[in-house]
Amino acid sequence: MAIWIEEDAKVLVQGITGKQGMFHADKMVEYGTNIVGGCTPGKGGQTVDLQGQAYPVWNSMFEAIQATDADATVIYVPPPFAGEAIMEAADAFDTIKGEGVVVCITEGIPTLDMVKAVAFVENRPGVRLIGPNCPGIITPGEKGGAKIGIMPGHIHAKGRIGIVSKSGTLTYEAVAQTMSIDEGQSTCVGIGGDPVNGTGFIECLAAFEADPQTEAIVMIGEIGGNAEQEAAAWAAENVTKPIVGFVAGATAPPGKRMGHAGAIISGGKGTAEEKFAAFEAAGIACAKDPSELGAVLLQSLKAAGLR
Amino acid sequence: MNIHEYQGKALLKAHGVPVLEGVHCTTVDQALAAYDQLGSKVVAVKSQIHAGGRGKGNLYAPDTGDLVMEGGVKIAFAKDEVETYATNILGNVLVTIQTGADGKLVRNLYVEAGCDIAHEYYLAILVDRENKSVLIMASTEGGMDIEHVAETTPEKIHKISVDPNAGLLGYQKRDLGLALGLSGGAHKAFAKALSSMYEMFVSSDCSMLEINPLVRTADDGIVALDAKVSFDENAEFRHKNWDDLRDLSEEEEVEIRAKETGLSYVKLDGNIGCLVNGAGLAMATMDVIKLYGGEPANFLDVGGGANEEQVKTAFSIILEDPNVKGILVNIFGGIMRCDIIARGVIAATEALSLDVPLVVRLAGTNVDEGKAILAASTLNIHPADDLAEGAQKIVELIGGVA
Repeated sequence: MAIWIEEDAKVLVQGITGKQGMFHADKMVEYGTNIVGGCTPGKGGQTVDLQGQAYPVWNSMFEAIQATDADATVIYVPPPFAGEAIMEAADAFDTIKGEGVVVCITEGIPTLDMVKAVAFVENRPGVRLIGPNCPGIITPGEKGGAKIGIMPGHIHAKGRIGIVSKSGTLTYEAVAQTMSIDEGQSTCVGIGGDPVNGTGFIECLAAFEADPQTEAIVMIGEIGGNAEQEAAAWAAENVTKPIVGFVAGATAPPGKRMGHAGAIISGGKGTAEEKFAAFEAAGIACAKDPSELGAVLLQSLKAAGLR
Repeated sequence: MNIHEYQGKALLKAHGVPVLEGVHCTTVDQALAAYDQLGSKVVAVKSQIHAGGRGKGNLYAPDTGDLVMEGGVKIAFAKDEVETYATNILGNVLVTIQTGADGKLVRNLYVEAGCDIAHEYYLAILVDRENKSVLIMASTEGGMDIEHVAETTPEKIHKISVDPNAGLLGYQKRDLGLALGLSGGAHKAFAKALSSMYEMFVSSDCSMLEINPLVRTADDGIVALDAKVSFDENAEFRHKNWDDLRDLSEEEEVEIRAKETGLSYVKLDGNIGCLVNGAGLAMATMDVIKLYGGEPANFLDVGGGANEEQVKTAFSIILEDPNVKGILVNIFGGIMRCDIIARGVIAATEALSLDVPLVVRLAGTNVDEGKAILAASTLNIHPADDLAEGAQKIVELIGGVA
């Protein structure tokens, strides 16, 4: 099982002929991801060499999905064009298959472009958007698996912990923490650090709750907005599996953007303190230091009779 | 990115939103000429800084720290009052509830004609993160702190969520006008002004457009009496004119320089510098330093693909802060390989003859090679295996718990 992305999912790469797209497509193939080709407008008919093998390039996502029956696409398109790339992919998946997963890695997309793109995707209920400004999604497999994004594949292993996070490297930290207590991951989802994004915490929690492979969840938030508070309140009512949490930014000053466009405490709202309190009120076991996520997770697994 | 009130009003005017006549000044003489030019008996003399609460702020002399004048926005009824106020404002430091204790040096002034106010309203357009859409907020309680209104009388705040596919619709404008108790000419003028403001918000890629107060005049006109405008920096590529609007003296010079080299840096008040890859991990690193009794000196994200040169720039920016007594490097190598980071750290410490303690925590891709490179160097670099150990070590090395 795992969520949304099976380990043998067929994946397209938008922007596959660009420097970033090609570099990461190669890493994905190396990991074992079932890449079926890519899309760059104007470069249809060419091929791209990944790990010594030629992969086809199409002019449009309609062509690409028709030819490959892809399940998912990953976007490495520069910010001015990324909003439209999301909508093209959503339109093509919806029209051809009625479903599909669109993963957008790009950082720096104008917020109003994302407002438009997210509304466009929401009008196509079979299509799921993950990101933007995120490391992507990975479902580790027995051998290889589906790595759709920029995360280092080799730190993962197939297992029963679901991970959802707003941050990239902090997700890797969480993965390493699960490995330190000999636990692998079902699926790890980076939902991204932008103020307006696709899939949120609650959808991830719901999917992990429904996924038989996932037995416990790690949720990593950061300052800004109130997605963590809402997710915690939702989890208290709806999630039976143990959740372990961390929130980054306890020392961040108010009114300052901390790297991520969405990581800002505004009007005294969206602080780490507020989010930790919401986690604790919902019965989520919190680590105040990400190096302790493993230990806290182990405790939670033991308390649930899972170790 | 924020702009000044006078710039925001010029933009509003260009988009057809009624504003009062006004003149931007940088000297007292210009302010006096502006008074003559406006031909209005009553004018407002307004300090221009990138912070709110100007009216209730106080002006202090930058050298002595003496109080010069109470209130950063003044109403002048005669020319000699314009002279007094302009003299008291320009070149002095304005401290408001939003500037922090250091305040901001006022270099710009706006002299604006007066008008007969019948009522003050609040209006703001912003991006609503929860609903993932543009939100319009309005209230009859204008001229006040809107957060206070939201807490004490939330029923007095009216909200409209704009469907991005449909845009702002006629009935939404009419309903909002009615909710504010407007009728007749004022109701029509409000709907027209709101259309123009929404159009400006979208076409200018604003992240915030706040008019507090928006006033109804005695003759049923609607006028934007203040303007707080900020832009979404991600959209800078399609707004070449932002370069002219940007007031660099209002921004942190070192943060601008960091940004130019692809680094994200925010200065803080502590003494332990941090160099980290990834925004979330950079915040977590600061948090853990604090957890073990230290105080972080900065937030610094070198990004996902930093090279040796960027690592060096990052070190030099951290070391510009005289408070820094030690540095913690925390890298989780993904795309970025630990061996490359290790070489970058060594090159930077040598080039900058680093003389403060340095703790380096590496994890992820090529971690063993990275650690071996650091271990083989003769430099005084302390390795750590995880973040907690790294934070504890650097706190100890700079002389224990703060």
